[in-house]
Amino acid sequence: MTKYIIKRVAMGLLSIFIVATLTFFLMNMVPGGPFVAEKSISKAAQEALASKYGLDKPIFERYVTYMTDFLKGDMGVSLRQRGRTVSEIIFSKFPVSAGLAGIAVFVALCVGIPLGCISAYNRGKLSDNIIIVLGTCGIAIPSFISSVLLLYTFGSRLNILPTIGLNDAASYIMPVTALAIYPTAYITRLMRSSLLDVMGQDYIRTAKAKGLSSFVTLFKHALRNAILPVVTYVGPMLASLMTGSFVVEKIFTIPGLGREFVSSISNRDYTMIMGTTIILATLIIAANVIVDILYKVIDPRIKLK
Amino acid sequence: MGKGENMAEKLLEIKDERLSFFTPAGEVKALNGVSFTMNEGDVLGIVGESGSGKSVTAYSIMGLTAYPGKLIGGSILFNGHRIDEMSEKELRKIRGNEVSIIFQDPMTSLNPVYTIGNQIEEVILLHTDKTKQEAHARAKELLELVGINEPDKRLKQYPHELSGGMRQRVMIAIALACEPKLLIADEPTTALDVTIQAQILELMQELRKKLGMSIIMITHDLGVVASMCEKIAVMYAGHIVEYGTTDDIFYNPKHEYTKGLIKSIPKLNVEQTERLVPIEGQPVDLLNPPKGCPFAPRCESCMKICLDRMPPKTEFDGTHYSHCWLLQKEEFAQEEKTVE
Repeated sequence: MTKYIIKRVAMGLLSIFIVATLTFFLMNMVPGGPFVAEKSISKAAQEALASKYGLDKPIFERYVTYMTDFLKGDMGVSLRQRGRTVSEIIFSKFPVSAGLAGIAVFVALCVGIPLGCISAYNRGKLSDNIIIVLGTCGIAIPSFISSVLLLYTFGSRLNILPTIGLNDAASYIMPVTALAIYPTAYITRLMRSSLLDVMGQDYIRTAKAKGLSSFVTLFKHALRNAILPVVTYVGPMLASLMTGSFVVEKIFTIPGLGREFVSSISNRDYTMIMGTTIILATLIIAANVIVDILYKVIDPRIKLK
Repeated sequence: MGKGENMAEKLLEIKDERLSFFTPAGEVKALNGVSFTMNEGDVLGIVGESGSGKSVTAYSIMGLTAYPGKLIGGSILFNGHRIDEMSEKELRKIRGNEVSIIFQDPMTSLNPVYTIGNQIEEVILLHTDKTKQEAHARAKELLELVGINEPDKRLKQYPHELSGGMRQRVMIAIALACEPKLLIADEPTTALDVTIQAQILELMQELRKKLGMSIIMITHDLGVVASMCEKIAVMYAGHIVEYGTTDDIFYNPKHEYTKGLIKSIPKLNVEQTERLVPIEGQPVDLLNPPKGCPFAPRCESCMKICLDRMPPKTEFDGTHYSHCWLLQKEEFAQEEKTVE
């Protein structure tokens, strides 16, 4: 087990290195630069800025400089947000997005798993049909529509929920809902189909023949087998939500990492692009390692090699 | 267990059981008036081809009819309880306790994510007042009883760490955990290879002698019933077409279907060039069962009346009986002779 984790962490570090390298060269291949778009800056000033940040040097030299600095824990200064380092920006905004994502995924699990169970258990009945329709809507409706609908209904019309920022508990409700709708619907569908599959297995018949109640059969014998696909899905889903959602953060005016992600790219803020990409890659790799370990815990047949 | 003093005690009485599956395509008539009785300590073999209603009959004794199946007539009296009138809660007290079952495929019948110990102890804890320690000790005892070595180690193992034969032994241990009065074995050896089959059958016979429970053996392997059972019910299309002792069925089969089954057994003492005799035709479609005898379309001696009316019961000596118009004709003929 320990050997396996060490191996996976080593492989993860290699993946992060590859991602960083690819991102570095790709973003430099894209035309434009951090100071090009601003017309008010004179040619001479642009060159001065470029040389100040070392952008006038050959690309390979810049790559080596960035990577050595990165290994020392220095992700550089933001090219567009004057006077702020990349780590400073990420560490001030990441907790906001991560907290929001954590709550959203928790809600999605708490709602999605029971709904999936109810749906599978009442297969073909009215409750199943209602859940299927709601689930399909949840998957089909993009977050910018659900966010705006929520904002209009509860913020503007009913005027019962705050519309801006994350100042108190109530202000979390709408952004968390907007973020949780898609994963909830997805988990419900995964749970339903997986549970239907498991309920048809021979060992469920054995459990019934033992005289166990449907409750014990479902929760002890079926759920543990049926939950694996959900675990697989939730890991990477949590990782990508933690780095923030541009749409939801923009609509609810939340100072999260999602906006930095998008704006760093359109601004050609090279150091920020590198920082946010590396954070996302790290989270996804970590989530996958955790999922694999959880797999082993849930299903003893799985061998970690 | 009441073997010996209560030999003739009636354990199970099924009367005119009718059961259908209500599928989107229509009503599939799985059982069409099945009746038989079993005394304590009896070993009954139910034989028949796939879809003849063997398993459905057995599962209904535990109230385990799968959706969309429904009992639509008849009665099932087990050990003084009317199974067909019981609530789900009452049935749960009987399942795994007074009646238990061994399924066909031991590879898939155990839950892969729990240890063997957990799965055996579960049923003990459910039906008895034993503590966890006592249940653990009992589980160990059961594994020894079914001939599994190193029981302490096995209890901590998961199903995938055991071979097929071992898993079937574990299934038997689970079934015997609460000393059931009736053990249903639903093709317990079909999924195992031949040497393991023999071992499992031997084990079952040994356990029966030791514990004295009644057994219903469901199989399509006539060799298995011949070695295990005292009585045999031959099923076809949801009817028991012939019932009798093992000797009756093997040496004096009356129904054309039974005769066909026995003819289709490979024999060692015949020429290699001789072919096996199959029963021609296809099993009946239970969505649209024929009006008369269900075997009539495949029967070589089919008469006009066979297609129109279900043959009544013809009884022979002792418990042997069969449903066939040919037998009725013989009786008529005999009656006519005596009149003359």
